[in-house]
Amino acid sequence: MDEYTSSELVSIFAMQGFAGISLFSVLLLMALGLAIIFGQMGVINMAHGEFMAVGAYTTYFISFFAETYLPSFIPYYFIFAIVMAFFVAAILGYMAEFALIRHLYKRPLDTLLATWGLSLIMQQSFRTLFGAREVSPALPEWLLGSYQPTDTIDIPLNGMFVLALTAIVTLGVFYLLYKSSWGLRVRATTQNRVMSGAVGINTKKVDRYTFALGCGIAGIAGAAFTTIASTGPTTGTLYIVDTFMVVVFGGAASLLGTIVSAFSIAQAQSILEFFISGSMAKVYTLCALVLILMFKPEGLFASKVRR
Amino acid sequence: MDSNTSFTLAIEDLTVSFDGFKAVDSLNFYLDENELHVVIGPNGAGKTTVLDLICGKTKSTSGSIKFLNKELTNMSEHAIVNEGVGRKFQTPSIYENLSVLENLEISYPHGRGVYGSLMFKRSDKVLAKIKETAKEIMLLDDLDTEAGLLSHGQKQWLEIGMLLIQDPQLLMLDEPVAGMSVKEREQTADLLKKICKGRSVLVIEHDMEFVERIAHKVTVLHQGKILATGNMDEVQKDPKVIEVYLGH
Amino acid sequence: MNFVYEKLMGGKQGFFGFIILATLIIVILPLFLDIFRLNLVGKYLTYAFAAVSLVLLWGYGGILSLGQGVFFGLGGYGMAMFLKLEASSPENTQIQSTPGIPDFMDWNQIISLPWFWEPFNSLPLTIAAILILPALFAFIIGTAMFKRRVGGVYFAIITQVIAVILTILIVGQQGFTGGINGITDLRTLNGWDITSDNAKYIFYFLNAFLLLTVIVISRFILTSKFGSLLLAIRDKEDRVRFSGYDVSNFKIFIFSFSAMVSAIGGAMFTLQVGFMSPSFVGIVPSIEMVIFAAVGGRMSLIGVVYGTLLINFGKTTFSESFPELWLFLMGGLFISVVMFFPNGLAGLWNDYGHHITNKIPFWKKLKKTEVSQAVVEKTDEATV
Repeated sequence: MDEYTSSELVSIFAMQGFAGISLFSVLLLMALGLAIIFGQMGVINMAHGEFMAVGAYTTYFISFFAETYLPSFIPYYFIFAIVMAFFVAAILGYMAEFALIRHLYKRPLDTLLATWGLSLIMQQSFRTLFGAREVSPALPEWLLGSYQPTDTIDIPLNGMFVLALTAIVTLGVFYLLYKSSWGLRVRATTQNRVMSGAVGINTKKVDRYTFALGCGIAGIAGAAFTTIASTGPTTGTLYIVDTFMVVVFGGAASLLGTIVSAFSIAQAQSILEFFISGSMAKVYTLCALVLILMFKPEGLFASKVRR
Repeated sequence: MDSNTSFTLAIEDLTVSFDGFKAVDSLNFYLDENELHVVIGPNGAGKTTVLDLICGKTKSTSGSIKFLNKELTNMSEHAIVNEGVGRKFQTPSIYENLSVLENLEISYPHGRGVYGSLMFKRSDKVLAKIKETAKEIMLLDDLDTEAGLLSHGQKQWLEIGMLLIQDPQLLMLDEPVAGMSVKEREQTADLLKKICKGRSVLVIEHDMEFVERIAHKVTVLHQGKILATGNMDEVQKDPKVIEVYLGH
Repeated sequence: MNFVYEKLMGGKQGFFGFIILATLIIVILPLFLDIFRLNLVGKYLTYAFAAVSLVLLWGYGGILSLGQGVFFGLGGYGMAMFLKLEASSPENTQIQSTPGIPDFMDWNQIISLPWFWEPFNSLPLTIAAILILPALFAFIIGTAMFKRRVGGVYFAIITQVIAVILTILIVGQQGFTGGINGITDLRTLNGWDITSDNAKYIFYFLNAFLLLTVIVISRFILTSKFGSLLLAIRDKEDRVRFSGYDVSNFKIFIFSFSAMVSAIGGAMFTLQVGFMSPSFVGIVPSIEMVIFAAVGGRMSLIGVVYGTLLINFGKTTFSESFPELWLFLMGGLFISVVMFFPNGLAGLWNDYGHHITNKIPFWKKLKKTEVSQAVVEKTDEATV
């Protein structure tokens, strides 16, 4: 690092930090969905990345539609696309739970495999519907450009927007889980499924909506993703492993843990990337994670529970 | 610390807390050879936790557990078993897909290492021991039956048999007669009376009639602490015990 | 004799299954296929090593590894490194700026052979490395994970992450590993041309023989007390632990053994296909190996070989003519096997096979003797 002056280093850290923020946002949104599903049902959803791609493709489709038929709608379409990305992914998730997941509870390893089969089918569907080439939606103008607090620091606006979006969704999830009566039912089911059923909670319904919600949030992650990269049929698989690591590292049942671990993983990767090649940054981050998990398998934020 | 005793099991100042909640609180407890000791107490009194602590499933926060003057608190589960402590779980924990014979064979205390288990042979000696144990637990005619097909009571016996075949010095049974018929209860009581010779037996039970029939000594546990200890009569007359069981 | 029959073959059913499989791959296929097709079958059979290893690990042990490709790859790369060094003799590489090192190193401005390539100059050391290094790697991962009781989906995810790490590493460190293209242009083994038809036949039979040996050894493990313990650990881990077993040792052993088996498959792959690349290491090949095992029947050592052959034939056929359909089919197959036929082809055969075999007179007779023999054994036992 000798060749950089200290002020340059500050700028590098600030800019790579903000580049990391976009990655952090996408990872956090993905991980929130995955953690809700895993925490609630003990199910690992291998197709989670594909639900993100559903959100991204929905955004692309709406942008394409707006460009072709409603040019005046272009400045506003993105907000609408986020909402649609959520609903399309959530509805698909609802269907997947109904057709697939609910038959496999208590067999977590089999669920993992079945959802992987689902991810294959979804990938091929993307390829058939949208082609093998990567696509990106036309972003509205207010998302382009950047903010320059000093000469050397340059912060892209889309990153700020995605961060704000992530904050809103995270707060929403927090409210839903910890303040609403629906969240109470979810948490009750997580703690004691049999008892919850006995006191009149429809645990099957809770499961289905939880799964749909998790997938819906992955859809929002997909919409956010379109602002930082283009979408292809295999986009989802690129992020799924990182997302797993975020969830496992943070401790599956802890919202705060998920946020902290998404942040540290994204930042570590992003800042390392400036000094060494991108692929080696990823290797180091993943190796560090595997090592940490070997010493602390329950994740960073697991509480001591009587089992 | 050199505090050797003649007890089979000596628990001193044992405490465990989960996030501040003390499930077992400065417990002192002693068990003699040939003694059949029953622990009773309301739900949440910490009975199962005490067994978990002895067999290493839960790690204690402080205190000591000595078995034949050997400290158990820092040993791993399998090492504790190899010292001679056997434990039956609350719900029968047997291998449902294996036959009764195979269940007993797996529990036979030889070939416990990787290499040993690869080279393990079902010799006449092993078979004889299996049959002897099966006879004791009244399952001699069911050796080839798949364990999952046994009645609930027979499953309980099988699990006791899986412990007996290891000849443990200390046998811990968590609710051994739960789900048994009246006749099965009687048979189990006879079984327990027979097997406590030459070893110590620690039983957790709710069924008072059954406790009365088998117990040499009874301890009442309440909120992680001992409320009373003695023979059945003494305990039943103890005013504190009466208050806990009837007072509220 | 009795030992061989009961312990190595798994009794009557296992014995006939084994004989039929052996006849198929050693006699029938070589008789009816030309060398090109046979070589293809040989390649598929190398994946069967990984599938067999998953029967032990996943079917019996309940430990799902999504990283068997890592071990397959380590074995394959070990063999490829040896062959590459032989192909890169100073005479063959005169035009390079540094003769005597593999071409991809030269392209990446590496001027001397890295230290970890040195042992692969020797064939005995290479074979030792193929057998030991993957098993050792599995032993280290296994010890770290199982001693700390990491299992289930966590273990699956971590093995998958290891597959990702290794792939990125191989692709990224082009100068040391050949990068995305892998190690190619392998020609001779101790001076013997491995691309000749003659060599291909010999490798095919060597591969088939090794696979059958691995099946026999695995059968021995499963019929021993170790095998019952694996099942017991899968279903009631706590009970096994409280019967005085150190459960983690059993898991570590079976994980290491499965790694070694997969690595042998990888080495045979390199010999028969003539190259090795990162595309046989990562997430997708690892999970495909799980599909082979799932479709063939995760509890059947013989079934998974058929599963592997069937899926690979399907893949070759379909991806030539309908590449689009293949992924749909593969995904659908995966879902339906997991949901409806958890015991795969072997399970179907056990449930419905007798409808077919009952039509064959020879088999009927065999069944009868089997039943009467069982009766004899029963009465024997009763008189003891």
